[in-house]
Parts: sequence; C-alpha cells; structure tokens
Amino acid sequence: MSDPGVVPALGEVPLFRPGDKIQVSDRSPIGHYRVPTYLRGKQGSIEKVIEPALVDNEEEGYGRNAGSKRHYYRISFAMMELWQDYAGSPHDGLRIEMFESWLERI
Amino acid sequence: MAEPDRHHDHDHPHAETASPARPGYYEIMETAVRELLVERKLIGADEIRHQIEVIDSRTPALGAKIVARAWVDPAFRARLLADGRAACEEFGVTFYDDTDLIVLENTEKVHNLIVCTLCSCYPRPVLGLPPDWYKLKPYRARAVVEPRAVLAEFGTAIPDDVEVRVSDSTAAVRYLVLPMRPKGTENYGEEELAALVTRDTMIGVTPAGVEARRTAQ
Repeated sequence: MSDPGVVPALGEVPLFRPGDKIQVSDRSPIGHYRVPTYLRGKQGSIEKVIEPALVDNEEEGYGRNAGSKRHYYRISFAMMELWQDYAGSPHDGLRIEMFESWLERI
Repeated sequence: MAEPDRHHDHDHPHAETASPARPGYYEIMETAVRELLVERKLIGADEIRHQIEVIDSRTPALGAKIVARAWVDPAFRARLLADGRAACEEFGVTFYDDTDLIVLENTEKVHNLIVCTLCSCYPRPVLGLPPDWYKLKPYRARAVVEPRAVLAEFGTAIPDDVEVRVSDSTAAVRYLVLPMRPKGTENYGEEELAALVTRDTMIGVTPAGVEARRTAQ
C-alpha cells in the first residue's frame, strides 16, 4: 500500500488507465520503431496496463538508455477507425501494445 | 565429387538436398556475424547448437497440451487467461526470449487472430517456429486490413455478429489463441482433445474441430 505522503517520481506511475482515450503520436523518427505506421495518428483506448514496466527496446536497440523501463499498454482500436472502407462488422477491432512514449491524451 | 561413388553408378537424377541458389544478403550477414563471434570467442559452436535444440524442442504439440488442459480444467483456464506466461511455465515451458504471453480466448462472440505486421513475432516458446505464410507480407499486411477475407481463404467463415479481433504483436508481448472446444467432445480425454488442436487453431486462422486433427504440420 502506498503511503499518501510519498510522492512518486515522474514515470514511476503509468500515465494512463484502462478506458482512457488516446491518440498515437504521428511521428516518423528515423530508425526502427515498434509502432506500425498504419497506427500513427489513430485514436483508440487503453485496454490494459502491462505490468511491470518493460525495458524500452526501441531505445535499447540503439544502445541508448539500455535497461531503462517504460510503461507499456495494450490498446484497442476499432477497425472502422483504421480503415475508412473496412469491409466487415463495425464491431471488429484491433489490439496492439505500445510504449507510453507514443501515446497522447485526447 | 573427387571420386565416383559406387552407389551412384546409375544415371537417374537425385533431388538437390541443398538450395543451389546463391545465399541472400541476410544469410551472408548472419554467417559473417556468427563466424566473427565464434572467432572472437564470444560464443562457441556448442552454444549455437544448443539454441537450435531449444527451438526444435518447441512445437505446436506443447501449445496443444496447454489448450486441452484449459478445456478440461477451469481453474487452469482462469490462470492461463490471467497470466499466460506463468500458466505455461507450470508445464515447464521456459520463456527463453523473455517475452510475455497474452492468451486470447475465442468465444461465441469474439474470434481472435494473431499477426505480426512488422516482422514475425510469434509465441515461439510455446509453438516453435512460425509457418512461412505467417512471416510473408501478404498475410502480415492483409490480416489487419481484411481479416475476414484472409480467414475465408483458410476456410473459416465468421458470422457478422461475431467480432473479429486482430492482435498485432510488436515488442515484448506474444499471443496464443485459445480456440473454442469443439462440440461433441464431451467424452474426450485430455490427450484426445490435444490431438484436435492444430497450430493454425492457436494462430486463429481455423477453429478446432474433430475433422481437423493434428496431421500435416
């Protein structure tokens, strides 16, 4: 149990909770990133916080901040949000995991 | 060949056992890096062979045993859905690549399908190596754009009122589909049930069925 007088440092606590609406950052950094381009800029919602925080292998892959951890989330998207002409049920969806560094609050 | 082989004194053709094609870019890269690492004594031939043995020891039969257990044991099923990795570890499955595992349960309302659009992330600790089609671009691209059309090509028709839910693997989490237990298997034992669980049912491209026994994998 956390002591109400103890203030966690930035990054210690996940920024998002299940149900929160998010938008994936629409960035195109050069290099190998684990967020497929078809999801950049798309809106979805947090389904689950993957605990514990995981080593950020996007940074680790380049030898930067090796071993540093980031919060990681399972995110839910509607297929209709991803593809305007999606030919299927409007209930169809997509799930994917992303590091917190790619998520923007909406 | 330096000398004629007695066994080969006949003239019928034999199939090539090795690919006659020149190695590709990545094959040459892999060989070069491996030879450098061995030459610098950072890894040895034994370690390379051991890792091949690790991979070869993982086959869809492992996943099938886990699925069959989940079908007959509700407490295990609950543990498997809550923490896939920990439940598989109960079967002695080790996660040598330190990936997490989310088990996706197919129901009357939701049909799960797994893909890795970026490369070939796959629950290797539980299923072994992925099939070639899973690694090729047509499946990877189409599974997230038109999953129902892809499923139909596998002979799987999903009714419109069932949600198709595609999970795209990226960095640290792998998925395993828990197919629905086929009807008419109430009297089956755990081993008989496991024989109905094919690799494709755990990827989510086909349902488990009494007519789709584990044969040609």
